Amino acid sequence: MSTVDYVDLGPPIRGPGALSGDWRRFWHLTFTIARTEFKLRFYGSALGYVWQLVRPLLMFGVLDLVYSLGKLGAIPHYPAMLLSGVVMFNFFAEATAGSVRCVVDRESFVRKIQFPRLAIPFAVVLTAGFNLCVNFFAVAVFTFVDGARPRLQWLELPLILVMLITLALGWSMLLSALFVRFRDIQPIWDVVLQVLFYGSLILIPLEKIQPHHLLGQPLAHFWLLNPLGVVMQQYRHALLGPLPTTVANGVHINGSVSAATAIGGYPELAIPVGFVVVLLFVGFWVFNRSAPHIAENL
Amino acid sequence: MPDYKGSGRPVIRVADVAKAFRIPEEQMHTLKERVLHPLRRTGHHTFKALEDVSFEVREGEFFGIVGRNGSGKSTLLKCLAGIYSADRGNIWIRGRMSPFIELGVGFNPDLAARDNVILNGIMLGLSPREARARYDHVIEFAELEEFQELKLKNYSSGMHVRLAFSVAIQVDADVLLIDEVLAVGDASFQQKCFDVFNRLRDAGTTIVLVTHDMGAVNRFCHRAVLLERGEIVAQGEPEHVANHYLELNFNRDTPEATAGVDRMGNGTARIVDAWCETDDGAQSPMYLQGQTLRFCARVEFVAESEDPGLTVEIENEDQVKVLVASTAIEHERSGRFAAGEEAVFSVEFTNVLAPGRYFPVVTVSRLGRGLEILDRSTRETSMVVAGSAARGGLVDIPVRASIERSPSSERRHAEVG
Repeated sequence: MSTVDYVDLGPPIRGPGALSGDWRRFWHLTFTIARTEFKLRFYGSALGYVWQLVRPLLMFGVLDLVYSLGKLGAIPHYPAMLLSGVVMFNFFAEATAGSVRCVVDRESFVRKIQFPRLAIPFAVVLTAGFNLCVNFFAVAVFTFVDGARPRLQWLELPLILVMLITLALGWSMLLSALFVRFRDIQPIWDVVLQVLFYGSLILIPLEKIQPHHLLGQPLAHFWLLNPLGVVMQQYRHALLGPLPTTVANGVHINGSVSAATAIGGYPELAIPVGFVVVLLFVGFWVFNRSAPHIAENL
Repeated sequence: MPDYKGSGRPVIRVADVAKAFRIPEEQMHTLKERVLHPLRRTGHHTFKALEDVSFEVREGEFFGIVGRNGSGKSTLLKCLAGIYSADRGNIWIRGRMSPFIELGVGFNPDLAARDNVILNGIMLGLSPREARARYDHVIEFAELEEFQELKLKNYSSGMHVRLAFSVAIQVDADVLLIDEVLAVGDASFQQKCFDVFNRLRDAGTTIVLVTHDMGAVNRFCHRAVLLERGEIVAQGEPEHVANHYLELNFNRDTPEATAGVDRMGNGTARIVDAWCETDDGAQSPMYLQGQTLRFCARVEFVAESEDPGLTVEIENEDQVKVLVASTAIEHERSGRFAAGEEAVFSVEFTNVLAPGRYFPVVTVSRLGRGLEILDRSTRETSMVVAGSAARGGLVDIPVRASIERSPSSERRHAEVG
């Protein structure tokens, strides 16, 4: 056999990876898988996508009923805020909980063909993103009916969504890669989501947190270390505008302040925001490291 | 074996590729287990699936990778396909590659043909635009025009395979990797697949086929490698590799001595030893087609007997008697043998048996009036025939073929031309 001119064959193949160096293929795959999932979600149901709207609305109705009995109805725009919160949390829960099992459930692809592995968790987040878009129609109508009018600060809303999506992506990469080795991730994450739902200023608005203290500090300063809480608070602040401050027992209560004010300043705000950025990189690093061997470890 | 017509430029080069799997002896899958037993070592042993595998495939070549189950051939294919990363060594592949490791990856039973074709096409590396543009060709090749709107779950398995195969070949890859996908589907579909592969090969596509069907290797491959325990043990002409493979497969069953239990026969004579040898006297559990085979039996006469003869009946695995050879044909009368005398009887013929396993039964009988069996060996010993010319019948004999064009059609041909 003649010796081969190595140059002729180009670089050697690199095996499976998170991205495999082909962005276009990565995007095509992510989009196609997400679209198929989205289409199939309500396949065969009479109302189709309408269910996607009905589900959060029903949940909102129940919660609103329960909490208006708890005299939260007095907070202006509480229902609009609650609905938006439920919809955004739904996105987060769907994207992350769906990502936990996603690589394992798609074993048939992973073991049979070579493709950028990262497309799998990204497709899950994208599917949840499609649902978020559908739901935002309901939110927009509801918010308008509730009396909110366009403000300049609405330009902030896309940025807030970017933070939410980034957070979801970070978790989704981390969870899907870890689940291959640690199967307990699934029940643990279910519990975490439950806790987050009650701890992210969705049901319980800032007004209910502000009067409390922890270790001599306002409880809100700790409460907003949760990035999801920051997203919800800033969203409320940007969407609905300022409310008058009330003073009770010497504590200023204002549920409509910006996330930075609520957490106690911009340096403090850097902690949850920084967490989101770090999580994105850590998630990618972990996924990228395990991607070449995912097929054999399943 | 087909003739190689390609340019000879290498398209695939595999250099010293090694791959090992770590197999944990005790699976620790949950955090709880790790927390409760932090000191327990998760023992594992390494299984070396591939070791220092190197070969080269040229442009337009039909290349076979053969080996027994667990020899590492599927691991090698998955390394080539980029599904596994090799631990050591490098693989170069020039051009687009389409793996036929499993057909219809990503097919969803709830979607109609169109969505599935596009989904599968994109999974195999097409862009959405390319996938949409090729849809009509795919459906046409699969002959499923009437069933386009049908959900995939309502397809028969044959339609399913046809659709999946059509997508896979529409990817127009420079290199095809095929992993025994052809085990599915009926014979006519398999033939259609191979027709397509041959056409693609003639058009310059390089094809790597992983199989243990030696017939396919001989019919289609230009060259092949044989893997055994993760290493290449033979490389080159398909016939050479195929024979090596059969040797590997059957060498382990050595023929047992024909112990005399419950033998038929009246005990006048006893077969002391029976064997089969080639014309050069070599004995092995495997014989090639076309060799001269000699079946021999050493017979000890317990009592005086007249005109004994040896008959060899060869049965195949289906217990069909394929061939009977007897000394009676050559020697009209063998004469009288005294008690205590020993003689070696033998029959010789060209091995025309189709490849497979055979059970020779040797009988010593008294010829003449009726058939008086003196001794008969049991069906326990087997032999294997290997060869590359299997045409599907029970025997393969030399065939002389000719085609003569009739003068009238020749003229018509000329006019058309």
